[in-house]
Amino acid sequence: MAMDVKTQYLLRLADTCLIHSQRLSEWCGHAPVLEEDLALSNIALDLLGQARALLTYAGQLEGAGRDEDQLAFLREERDYRNIILVELPNAAASSSDDGGGGGGRDFALTTLRNAAVAIWLELLYERLQTSGDAELAGIAAKSLKEVRYHRQHSSDWVVRLGDGTDASRARMRAALAVLWPYFNELFAAQGVEGFGPAWSELEADWRARWATLMAESTLALPRDSAMQPGGIDGVHSEHMGHLLATMQHLQRAYPGGVW
Amino acid sequence: MDLVAARERLSQVPDPEIPAVTLMDLGIVRDLRATDAGLEVVLTPTYSGCPATELIADDVRAALAGFGAVTITLQRVPAWSTDWISAAGRVKLQHYGIVPPQCRAEQSIRVVPRLRCPRCDSGATQQLSRFGSTACKSTWRCIDCGEPFEYFKPF
Repeated sequence: MAMDVKTQYLLRLADTCLIHSQRLSEWCGHAPVLEEDLALSNIALDLLGQARALLTYAGQLEGAGRDEDQLAFLREERDYRNIILVELPNAAASSSDDGGGGGGRDFALTTLRNAAVAIWLELLYERLQTSGDAELAGIAAKSLKEVRYHRQHSSDWVVRLGDGTDASRARMRAALAVLWPYFNELFAAQGVEGFGPAWSELEADWRARWATLMAESTLALPRDSAMQPGGIDGVHSEHMGHLLATMQHLQRAYPGGVW
Repeated sequence: MDLVAARERLSQVPDPEIPAVTLMDLGIVRDLRATDAGLEVVLTPTYSGCPATELIADDVRAALAGFGAVTITLQRVPAWSTDWISAAGRVKLQHYGIVPPQCRAEQSIRVVPRLRCPRCDSGATQQLSRFGSTACKSTWRCIDCGEPFEYFKPF
């Protein structure tokens, strides 16, 4: 059955917030300094709140009686519509581990991804706050205030690490090379007339802001790639199943469990 | 149904995370009205992910027990703003050791404000993190007295 275009539009945004939040929350208790631990956890929490509002509304538009929890925890991998960028592990294979073992966490990669997504969300929410749909406009107006802090915070780190020591710059360059192809998907989703813009409408502004940030960070932009989007149509990377196994574990083990 | 008494009771409900101020001080309570189905309290959540949202609704219900049926309505529009914190609330925050927002929400968040330490009033302070123990605050320290303190971010 074809999904309603509005529901699909909401799920692409909601799932991107949700999965981004899930990855960020893996940093809780592991960030390089306490203040950053608080920051990453707070950003994760904001994104989770945004995902909750968007998923709730998506469930209402879908009209199948699914609430935020059912959408977040009981769908199959192919039904998630998030961009692949946010499901990538916090340390890519070619970037450094935090040295502490475990899942591997690269602060350079996390910082760059946070900045890229925050700039994108800010541009998207700016447009969505004037959506013809009052509910979506309300969610966007509120979320916009939050992502401005995320953008500011992550951008500062990108500059500090990019224009930092030889070691920090090398790690930022390595992380940028890994992430760059995945940024294409930030502009891939179609718009819905009177509801939300095509993501391609954000591309020029995003690229301009990103170029400014890279210049400030003294990081060179990688060459553009032809990476094809997939996540927004439910075709995910090999990392998604593992992420969902962790995220969905409780609801799968104890169906319908509540606090 | 006594709306005045209910409002008085409601005005005493503290914020669960910053108990020095009330929900009304913070501007979270947007309306209290009588309907055919009983009292309706309109609440506006602060941050999307604020974990206290459900607890706040529970606290309001508990405070108004005895006033009949109570309906809680969560209203997202217009979005909550620190501009809604009352003058009394700002004073209470300051006394509690949390510096209240120093500018209106629309003003640029690009500029890091110059804050005075809420304990020793020194102007030699430093932001440690834009984020803090709750979503609404950032973390600072006073260079003179050495104490950490929090700042309620303009939002």
